[in-house]
Amino acid sequence: MSAMDDLDRRLIGATQAGLPLVPRPYEAIGASLGISGDLVRERLQSMLDRGLIRRIGAVPNHYRLGFTANGMSVWDVDDERVDDLGEAVGRLPFVSHCYRRPRHLPVWRFNLFAMLHGRSRDEVEVQARQVADVLGQACRAHDILYSTAILKKTGLRISES
Amino acid sequence: MLSQDDRRLIAALHGGFPLTDRPFADMALQLGCGEDMLIDRLQRLLSHGDLTRFGPLFQIERAGGRFVLAAMAVPEERFNEVAEVLSGMPEVAHNYRRESAYGVAGEGSEPLNMWFVIAVARADEVADVVRRMEATTGLTVFEFPKEREFFVELRLPLLEDAHVSHG
Repeated sequence: MSAMDDLDRRLIGATQAGLPLVPRPYEAIGASLGISGDLVRERLQSMLDRGLIRRIGAVPNHYRLGFTANGMSVWDVDDERVDDLGEAVGRLPFVSHCYRRPRHLPVWRFNLFAMLHGRSRDEVEVQARQVADVLGQACRAHDILYSTAILKKTGLRISES
Repeated sequence: MLSQDDRRLIAALHGGFPLTDRPFADMALQLGCGEDMLIDRLQRLLSHGDLTRFGPLFQIERAGGRFVLAAMAVPEERFNEVAEVLSGMPEVAHNYRRESAYGVAGEGSEPLNMWFVIAVARADEVADVVRRMEATTGLTVFEFPKEREFFVELRLPLLEDAHVSHG
């Protein structure tokens, strides 16, 4: 865990909307920050090495790829087994994110969250059955929460100061 | 729908974009096209909304920042009003209306129907954001911080019969 410094923050600010689509994008970013393109590339590499950048590339729009059904599947799994089973669920190819999260009893009983992506709700529900198979007897109940409206969608916002 | 060619391009550009002086030219060489053509195609995919972004994906938690999933049970008649409050808060990164498929979630109480992500540069700012949200809306904010991450990566099948491989 390394703290961000000022240059990291400025680079996040300058690239959070994306890389400039010009032949020398790192030069262009450097020019906007008053530093060299070499320093930009060196620092982006260091941010990759530190895990501050996960990857550099294309972020597809699921909807445009035909994955219009996005279900947040939630599972009430035996606390003793949730960590082992979570690993197994995470390995299913259609699961994009899988986390253990706290329960909020009595309002919320589910402790395992797995995002499912399909071309239809039917497809998502077939996927959910596969997750249920992996969890077996350790799962007491589950549900799928579909997003029915995007109320706000912004990328990462982080103050540069 | 996207052409197979576009899908192939998006899959090839998933990660590992080079940190070289002329990265598009270097990438184009690997893909067997020209630098200009690659830039044009990316421009088109972005302007059509097929790509939401092209660039670095940050993992802000490695730098002391924090993303927290949170939810509220919002009465139907107040739904828009509360959504607007959250839209006005810069710390709210995403907000979705979610509906339960089976009605199991939230049984015995109001269902959690508004799900959002609180994104802050410093972990200790989350509590203050939640306090302000609760004070403004009069509703309880349930926080779902990740206690353990099992897997996080997109690997949707971009190509019909093949899963995308990530180097």
